[in-house]
Amino acid sequence: MSVCIRVIPCLDVAGGRVVKGVNFVDLVDAGDPVEQAKAYGAAGADELCFLDITASNEERDTIIDVVRRTAEVCFMPLTVGGGVRSVEDARALLLAGADKVAVNSAAVSNPQLIADIAEKFGSQCIVASVDAKRWSDDNDRAANDEALSKWEIYTHGGRRPTGIDALEHAQNMARLGAGELLVTSMDRDGTKIGFDNDLIRTIADNVSIPVIASGGVGHVDDLVKGVTQGHASAVLAASIFHFGEASISDAHEALRAAGLPARRRINQL
Amino acid sequence: MAQTIALIDYGAGNLHSVYNALKASGASSVEVTADPTYVAKADRIILPGVGAFGACINALGAIDGMIAAMDKRVRDEGAPFLGICVGMQLLADEGVEHGTHQGLGWIGGTVRAFEPSNTIKIPHMGWNQLRLVQGHALLENGEAYFLHGYKFDATDHDEVIAMTDHGGEVTAAIGRDNILGVQFHPEKSQHYGLSLLSRFLDWSP
Repeated sequence: MSVCIRVIPCLDVAGGRVVKGVNFVDLVDAGDPVEQAKAYGAAGADELCFLDITASNEERDTIIDVVRRTAEVCFMPLTVGGGVRSVEDARALLLAGADKVAVNSAAVSNPQLIADIAEKFGSQCIVASVDAKRWSDDNDRAANDEALSKWEIYTHGGRRPTGIDALEHAQNMARLGAGELLVTSMDRDGTKIGFDNDLIRTIADNVSIPVIASGGVGHVDDLVKGVTQGHASAVLAASIFHFGEASISDAHEALRAAGLPARRRINQL
Repeated sequence: MAQTIALIDYGAGNLHSVYNALKASGASSVEVTADPTYVAKADRIILPGVGAFGACINALGAIDGMIAAMDKRVRDEGAPFLGICVGMQLLADEGVEHGTHQGLGWIGGTVRAFEPSNTIKIPHMGWNQLRLVQGHALLENGEAYFLHGYKFDATDHDEVIAMTDHGGEVTAAIGRDNILGVQFHPEKSQHYGLSLLSRFLDWSP
């Protein structure tokens, strides 16, 4: 038995309310992230991720309050991402009760931010978020030769190309002290046809830190492939869990059926 | 009867997570404290920790009288003690992380990095199976959440309580008498972790 593959549901939060989230159980308040976090805790999720998609800075403080209230009732690791631009942003989230912060756009324009957060709070609390899209110029060649596959980093929720190679960026993040990488395929996000496992594997095989696969899950088998084909240490999904298409237990069972380590016991809480 | 629980604040660590988990486990009075005089009288003492060994032991040592108060209350007077993650690792003789640093020396051993490998990822991050190698009032076999890049190599096998596996055997819990150290995070291990904390609150070693 080695360390379990982590199954991580992700909730989009804006202005302190869940925008896209759980409807698989009857909740007192289906828009309350704290209620949903409790439901996922009871369902045996291995970790939980909040993505703060709040548009305005005025609403930023509300995520701090959400994290604080969640940490009082939810006893599994909590990652919070979205809008982390400084050591102070990270500190505020960690003090409120987040275990890890995911840093995305700010780490592209200022990679040193990763090193600064690592030095202050330790590598274990930094998730470097890598949003990548297959490099279009290489598409023809890549189709013929897998080894030529390349991906480009996008920022600002996948809207802004950067010209930065995804593997180089990922390795840079690891070198600067990120504790793990959250790798999202912008080509697959929302498609429900599975992870871009070439992308995931290209990064996972070339860094020593764990990789979380993200973007494109439509079925529990996609989660399994993220590990068997993508070599990921953890798998993240949103809609299949939120809409009850699969439970956390289904995901764990599918992983175990494929001979992968996954939690056996649902620790009810 | 009201007992006092000192959760030692040395500027490192996820104090609030441990505090919340203790509350949820039934603790009535938990004091997050950097005051050695409080620690010297506390019924139970918890040393949390995340981050680097050297930074943590230096921060703990920088609080005037804290290590002496812990030593007297735990080792001389037998107050139940729980060290978590780096708080467990600090019990070792020394830690080799960004240089060699002297630890508290309560449990013989050295804390060193995982060997780089193509087969495991570092840090060791996620839920893993705890396997008891000797019986213990607070621990049972089960799955707990680990997050660490360094591991405790104990000198005396009699002080190893439980192991886990990550590219080979890894110490998951160490202890002796009224002292227990756990490498995993009970405060992040859902029911498994909260029930451990709950037993710690009632522990009479």
